[in-house]
Amino acid sequence: MSRPNGWEVVIGLETHVQLSTVSKIFSGASTAFGAEPNRQACAVDMALPGVLPVMNEGAVDRAIAFGLAIGAHVAPRSVFARKNYFYPDLPKGYQISQFEIPVVQGGTITIQVGEGDKAYAKQVELTRAHLEEDAGKSLHEDFHGMSGIDLNRAGTPLLEIVTEPVMTSSAEAVAYARALHALVMWIGICDGNMQEGSFRCDANVSVRRPGEPLGTRREIKNLNSFRFLQQAIDYEIRWQIEQIEDGHTIQQATVLFDPDSGETRMMRSKEDAHDYRYFPDPDLPLLVIEPARIERVKASLPELPAAMQARFAADFGLSAYDAAQLTSSLETARYFEAVVAAAGPAQAKPAANWVMGEVAARLNREETSIAASPVSSAQLAGVLARVADNTISNTIARKVFEALWNGEGESADAIIEAQGLKQVTDASAIEPIIDEVLAANPQSVAEFKAGKEKAFNALVGQVMKASRGKASPAQVNELLKKKLGA
Amino acid sequence: MRGTVASLAAELAAGSVSAVELATEALALAQASPLNVFITLDPERTLAEARAADVLRAAGQAGPLAGIPFAQKDIFCAEGWRTTAGSKMLGNFVAPYDATVVVRGKAAGLVTIGRANMDEFAMGSTNENSAFGPVHNPWDITRVPGGSSGGSAAAVAAGIVPAATGTDTGGSIRQPAGFCGITGIKPTYGVVSRYGMIAYASSLDQGGPMARTAQDCAMLLNAMAGFDARDATSLPRDAEDYTRDLDRPLDGLRVGVPRGWLADGVSADVRAAVEAGIVQLETLGAKRVEVDLPHAQYAIAAYYVIAPAEASSNLSRYDGVRYGHRAADYADLAEMYARSRSEGFGAEVQRRILVGTYVLSAGYYDAYYLKAQQVRRRIADDFAAAFAQCDIIAGPIAPTVAYKLGEKTADPVQMYLGDVYTTLVNLAGLPALSLPCGFGEGGMPVGLQLIGGAFSEARLLNVAHRFQQATDHHLQTPGGAA
Repeated sequence: MSRPNGWEVVIGLETHVQLSTVSKIFSGASTAFGAEPNRQACAVDMALPGVLPVMNEGAVDRAIAFGLAIGAHVAPRSVFARKNYFYPDLPKGYQISQFEIPVVQGGTITIQVGEGDKAYAKQVELTRAHLEEDAGKSLHEDFHGMSGIDLNRAGTPLLEIVTEPVMTSSAEAVAYARALHALVMWIGICDGNMQEGSFRCDANVSVRRPGEPLGTRREIKNLNSFRFLQQAIDYEIRWQIEQIEDGHTIQQATVLFDPDSGETRMMRSKEDAHDYRYFPDPDLPLLVIEPARIERVKASLPELPAAMQARFAADFGLSAYDAAQLTSSLETARYFEAVVAAAGPAQAKPAANWVMGEVAARLNREETSIAASPVSSAQLAGVLARVADNTISNTIARKVFEALWNGEGESADAIIEAQGLKQVTDASAIEPIIDEVLAANPQSVAEFKAGKEKAFNALVGQVMKASRGKASPAQVNELLKKKLGA
Repeated sequence: MRGTVASLAAELAAGSVSAVELATEALALAQASPLNVFITLDPERTLAEARAADVLRAAGQAGPLAGIPFAQKDIFCAEGWRTTAGSKMLGNFVAPYDATVVVRGKAAGLVTIGRANMDEFAMGSTNENSAFGPVHNPWDITRVPGGSSGGSAAAVAAGIVPAATGTDTGGSIRQPAGFCGITGIKPTYGVVSRYGMIAYASSLDQGGPMARTAQDCAMLLNAMAGFDARDATSLPRDAEDYTRDLDRPLDGLRVGVPRGWLADGVSADVRAAVEAGIVQLETLGAKRVEVDLPHAQYAIAAYYVIAPAEASSNLSRYDGVRYGHRAADYADLAEMYARSRSEGFGAEVQRRILVGTYVLSAGYYDAYYLKAQQVRRRIADDFAAAFAQCDIIAGPIAPTVAYKLGEKTADPVQMYLGDVYTTLVNLAGLPALSLPCGFGEGGMPVGLQLIGGAFSEARLLNVAHRFQQATDHHLQTPGGAA
């Protein structure tokens, strides 16, 4: 549902990105996931009387890195504020966050939406990104009618990244979320693990008639997969349009998405909204970021995806789509670059096809990452080199790749040699095979002579099969035509 | 217990008395005292600390304070000690960690005699807001000792211990020191770590020592002060020896007296004693100058917005979920919060939480909290201008001497108005001390307040020490109360 009839959709996203620091944002406790409840909560995380927060500078560096990566203003001075509300998994009764003056202001992320002819690029403007601490977790099961509180997550550093309301479909929202997800992993500030909650989206959705002011928004909380993000937004758009068309008005509300029913349901209305009583946290001084610190972080950043895409297009003549695919993660991009470095720039396009095709498919099937690929970039470059010099065909190349994946040999050359996969180009070796095939398939021969092109292809296939793929398809074509007098 | 920190330190160094002997004597005095100065005594723990100090001494590793008995305000978390902050809310709370002030005190070999009574969460000016009962003023047990560090002040004045820790958010070290006739200093904000010191109003709270003399305070401050990485508001400065300037002559010292501070707002007896104190400083070589603090009149209003605002947030953690008091019966979460907090907090704490919640609420924030912060800035500017004309400021601590128990409990605003000379110092983050300068109505002590610029603690202690070398107000003791 990209543009429902007569309606415009307006979407803004708020994403909570868990920063990959070893310790928490205001204490020294570990942030590792999965420990026994409350084993990673120190006195500060438990909000014992008298404890005080101390800034984790690693979290600040990560926020700076993000700001630089999106071309934002990194505030030289920003302020931590207390967001006050009572909840059992919020130990202090307030969350330390940033309110009026966040550390990252503005910035843009370019997204690629759709594929093929309908593909387009769009700049998504960001409002801000601010540092804050996560809350703990309430466990409502298995406590004999009581609730359990696990404070291991309390104090985990988050960067909350807020867009302007500029997306107009669930497809754009998902494209943005994917691009953001890739970016935060690319610059190494988040592990991107959505199952463990390292990357969670809230979507603000409203609809309006074209030309009208913004409609009333409803906020869908805590979407932790791209699929849920899409389903929830699509449902919400449909629901809001139906409501308005039925003569109702939309009330501002916070809703939750239920993946089982595919529906959103009310969590709280505007009337129930908290007054968070924000005020500057007197326990934390201004967050001052000197220019030298920004320069230091800048120097530590890897080449960013946008720059790399431009370079791939310029140096290797790759399409924008290919360049975007190859930079979907830093590991993929590095792997691709290593293949090209080993095989030569002339092999860039085949390398791209392999990385996006055979390699991606195989990794996907095995649910592993490219960093853990059993076929190294050097090995893949070896395969490409043998295709390029006509030693093997693409069909055999896939066979060689498979053999490398399974560890049957050290290199493409070793496998080609050991398994006798070298392409046969000697006509005297192929002609007897052709003769055999023609003798065994009089039917096809007759059909070809009666004018059926398909019959010729069948014969080529038979010859290739009989040669166990080692014959050159072009050469088989040529010889076969000669034999048939075509 | 006779003697000051300095004199007892000399005896300990000479080996004429042991830490265990001093602790045993102080414990006996504490147990016999009718003043209710301690919330918790734990003689075994105390004696263990004393023995450790004696071992340190025997090994030749003792600093000057090793073995000195003191009262620890019940606001500093100390591992193994019940730490209540004067509240029923924390009536069952045994701290699992040491405040930085406690760590430093242990390192110096100070011996904790007990946990000093205080107004609940340091909110109060009379020590009547303690869930563990009021403290009595040793000079007249029908009178208040001041607050919130009332137990600390009374314990020193009564001679139970020579020293105590206090905290001062709007006068809570200086005012009880004044009411009880002892000496106490609130350092510059950020000099003494707040880590482990239970928060009342974070931007104003500051710990400091209380003792009979300025010299003792200087020795104790040496042990308490210093940068602490666990407190982000702690100031990264080199360690100072606060005793270094004690004997410096006062010739040419410019003492500023704020216009209007010794006028109608102060009772005649306090005015006379403070005037006499200023004359004494002149006798010692100081020059009196008049200064203006034009925004001082707004200090109480600003203080009673900012402090409750911060308190309302700081005290949110006492929710009955993880530790502290939890109501016995409740139907749901909201009721658990409401009952636990209604039962656990006293009336004054609840009043300040309500005020603080109100002034931070949407629609009121600008009119109250932001306005109060503007006043705060103006007050700091006033002080900066005044210190261009003088070196220190002198004036009263409170408008009257200590009044009767129960006299002002019915009217909180009347009680707040008593903080007129103290809160502005906290709003500006400056150091100030209180020292005895005479006696007023009913023979009650009167305190003289000295205020300095940031980090002028050594200078303030110097002025107070010279004053005490020339006077004997600080040597007077209440008859028979201990």
